[in-house]
Amino acid sequence: MSSDLIGMEHYLILAAILFTIGVFGIFLNRKNVIVILMSIELMLLAVNINFVTFSSYLNDLTGQIFVMFILTVAAAEAAVGLAILVVFFRNKDSIAVEDISDLKG
Amino acid sequence: MIVQAFAFYLFAGILILSALMVITARNPVHSVLFLILAFFNAAGIFVLLGAEFLAMILIIVHVGAVTVLFLFVVMMLDVDFSTLRKRSVSYIFPSIILGGILLFELVIIYTYWYMAPEALTNIAQDQSAFEGLSNTQALGMVLYTDYVFAFQMAGLILLVAMIGVTVLTLRKRPDIHKQRLHDQYLRKPSDVLEITRVTPKTGV
Repeated sequence: MSSDLIGMEHYLILAAILFTIGVFGIFLNRKNVIVILMSIELMLLAVNINFVTFSSYLNDLTGQIFVMFILTVAAAEAAVGLAILVVFFRNKDSIAVEDISDLKG
Repeated sequence: MIVQAFAFYLFAGILILSALMVITARNPVHSVLFLILAFFNAAGIFVLLGAEFLAMILIIVHVGAVTVLFLFVVMMLDVDFSTLRKRSVSYIFPSIILGGILLFELVIIYTYWYMAPEALTNIAQDQSAFEGLSNTQALGMVLYTDYVFAFQMAGLILLVAMIGVTVLTLRKRPDIHKQRLHDQYLRKPSDVLEITRVTPKTGV
């Protein structure tokens, strides 16, 4: 499985760069909830790459099992987040983050 | 060897570029399309790592369902996205510093990190026990035996999410008249019919 050219560090640093892009995306698009949800998807993808890397290099299947559950929860999270967004847009005609703080009580 | 390295750098390069396009694209539809490209390249990375089943799941579930859901929402909501971007330029500099620090620390951890020799013996599901089986078969052997409770729980989470999403987005629209079968069936003649005795030349 493991080759000499591409070591474990390559995959881990790829996941680190992807995670940082996800965090950066939240800062960059802090008004747009849809892009924030997409940034969260990118961060979860980075975590999944980390899990699969360790699973592959340690010859342990548990990491891949864990990734399946992460994918499940990520799908549920995206669905619920987008549903909340749709309901919010119906009420306020906007998806800006600062308008969400108007929802009190 | 060379082919594997080439494939890794190809997938990783396109993955990072498309992830950058996801967060910088002006049009959210383009963001979603680049997110799909990012997921495809991540699936390629998974195949390189020997996790073919997860690569397939990533494409079928994430590209086929989650990102298409994003696409639906982006296209369905009539949002003026240009106003959402206006003042976000002032956050670029501090966020570059924060992201740079995070990336720097992560890279330091990963380059100066080594595996403890004891950790190599601490394996829960040894892959060599499934020699000769494909990745999908091996995952199934583990998932439906040792992790069957967690598997059922994942199904429960999806059920709760499905019901929750339906309840959240369900609404009664007063401006649209729909047929309500239940109300029709419960309607009795005595509710709507009235028999009055009309005397001639007086009207009702």
